[in-house]
Amino acid sequence: MTRTLVLDDVAKAFPTGTVALEGVSLTVAAGEFVSVVGPSGCGKSTLLRLASGLDEVTGGDIEVNATSTSYVFQEPTLLEWRSALRNVELAGELRGAAKADRRKRAQEALDLVGLTGFEKQHPRQLSGGMRMRVSIARALVAEPDLALFDEPFGALDEITRLRMQTELQSLFALKGFAGLFITHSVSEAVYLSTRVVVMSGRPGRVVADIPVPWSYPRPPRLRYEPEFAALTGEVSAALEEHS
Amino acid sequence: MSTARPIAARPTTARRRLFSAGAAAWPLLAAVLGIVAVWYGVTYLVLAPERRFLLPPLHEVLGNTLGNPNVMNPMFDALWQTVGVALCGLAIAVVLGIGYAVVMAQAGWAEKILYPYAVILQTIPILALTPLIGIWLGYGFSARIVVCVIIALFPMIANTLFGLQSAGPAAHDLFTLNRATRVQRLLKLQFPAALPSIFTGLRNAAGLSVIGAIVGDFFFQQGSPGIGGLLRTYTLRLNMDALFMAIILTALFGVAMFSVFAALDRAVIGRWYGRGAA
Repeated sequence: MTRTLVLDDVAKAFPTGTVALEGVSLTVAAGEFVSVVGPSGCGKSTLLRLASGLDEVTGGDIEVNATSTSYVFQEPTLLEWRSALRNVELAGELRGAAKADRRKRAQEALDLVGLTGFEKQHPRQLSGGMRMRVSIARALVAEPDLALFDEPFGALDEITRLRMQTELQSLFALKGFAGLFITHSVSEAVYLSTRVVVMSGRPGRVVADIPVPWSYPRPPRLRYEPEFAALTGEVSAALEEHS
Repeated sequence: MSTARPIAARPTTARRRLFSAGAAAWPLLAAVLGIVAVWYGVTYLVLAPERRFLLPPLHEVLGNTLGNPNVMNPMFDALWQTVGVALCGLAIAVVLGIGYAVVMAQAGWAEKILYPYAVILQTIPILALTPLIGIWLGYGFSARIVVCVIIALFPMIANTLFGLQSAGPAAHDLFTLNRATRVQRLLKLQFPAALPSIFTGLRNAAGLSVIGAIVGDFFFQQGSPGIGGLLRTYTLRLNMDALFMAIILTALFGVAMFSVFAALDRAVIGRWYGRGAA
């Protein structure tokens, strides 16, 4: 199986002297969806910035075996002057894709996230959940081998959040990208992932790596099964022990 | 996946916009009436009859000027001349201001080096510069335009720069991840993000360009006179009716410039963020 993302003994210290990450080793293989949970300030987001190449490591190595990597930010980060469709088109546009082709792909991506009919709407005319769907469509339009998510649902209300989780895991089941998902919600991590990685407080270290057994697509009611509760309990215990 | 349908466009949008434009005009109209009321109050209640020439009543001002082509024709010619200077100066200020801000936005050090010049230009009183401008450029059309540009330039620079820097770090990350070139970043992120601020700058610069053109007229009298030149002539001749008429015309011109660019601002920015968005 392709090892899409390999972090080997990665460290990140900032010029200010803060050590965000230390000795982090983590592998995400093709077909895996790995969530990282940890106390706030443990360098989860830094991990993602390193994996995407937005920041450089100060120790260790990162290996990315993907022709295309996409990134979903904490905020939808849409360009307010562009319609939903033109926002999804942006990546193709910047990379010089032909207009007809990138528009067709953008339309397909919007259809995939359930926004058919909203192509011409501007971000301000969409709800928070819909904006995040546009953001996810923009990430998936390039058919990424590796998709990085930086707490994308953190700012959404509970109902929208649960719905977005259901949609994201079915997208993962459909597309089969390798996913690395940062969150501070244990139940979100367990529901979405094939594996949950627990990190300690600063400097961030991997303290537990817990596999999640269930196959995809996962029904929403899975969240209320006793096995689910047992697994979230296990993750929470690991979190508490090391924070 | 859930399915949902877009909300239908509200058909009343156009009518609402018209109504709101009308509603916006009411306070202005009330202000004009207030000024007229104070004017008459001062003329008849404050000034003794022998001193009433200092502020002749409005109907006398209008009556002695509007019907007299010998007064009004030169005044309209002069106003037209001033409009030309203001628009020309504004156009130059817009191009220079946006260009200067774009250069500054390219790097932190460029901003550190270049911004002080803009501030200095803004803080030197224009009256201190006018003698020098006259000596260097003569006392004609080009000197008037330079005064106008100097006055109108700063709001263009400051607002454009603020706008170019308003795109958030995540949006910049998005462009970095997609390997955007510097030009793509400028044209597809920074410049569009700056558009609302640029229009704010344009609105302010438009108002200032009127002041600049009149100040330029006032000091540089070679060639056909502008309305500022006439203000000076009327003052020297103590032609009070014509002086007040000229002041009224300059005020109307200033309000017209500001309103045109405010309306342009609303129209463009409204479309920019999508139909019906706030």
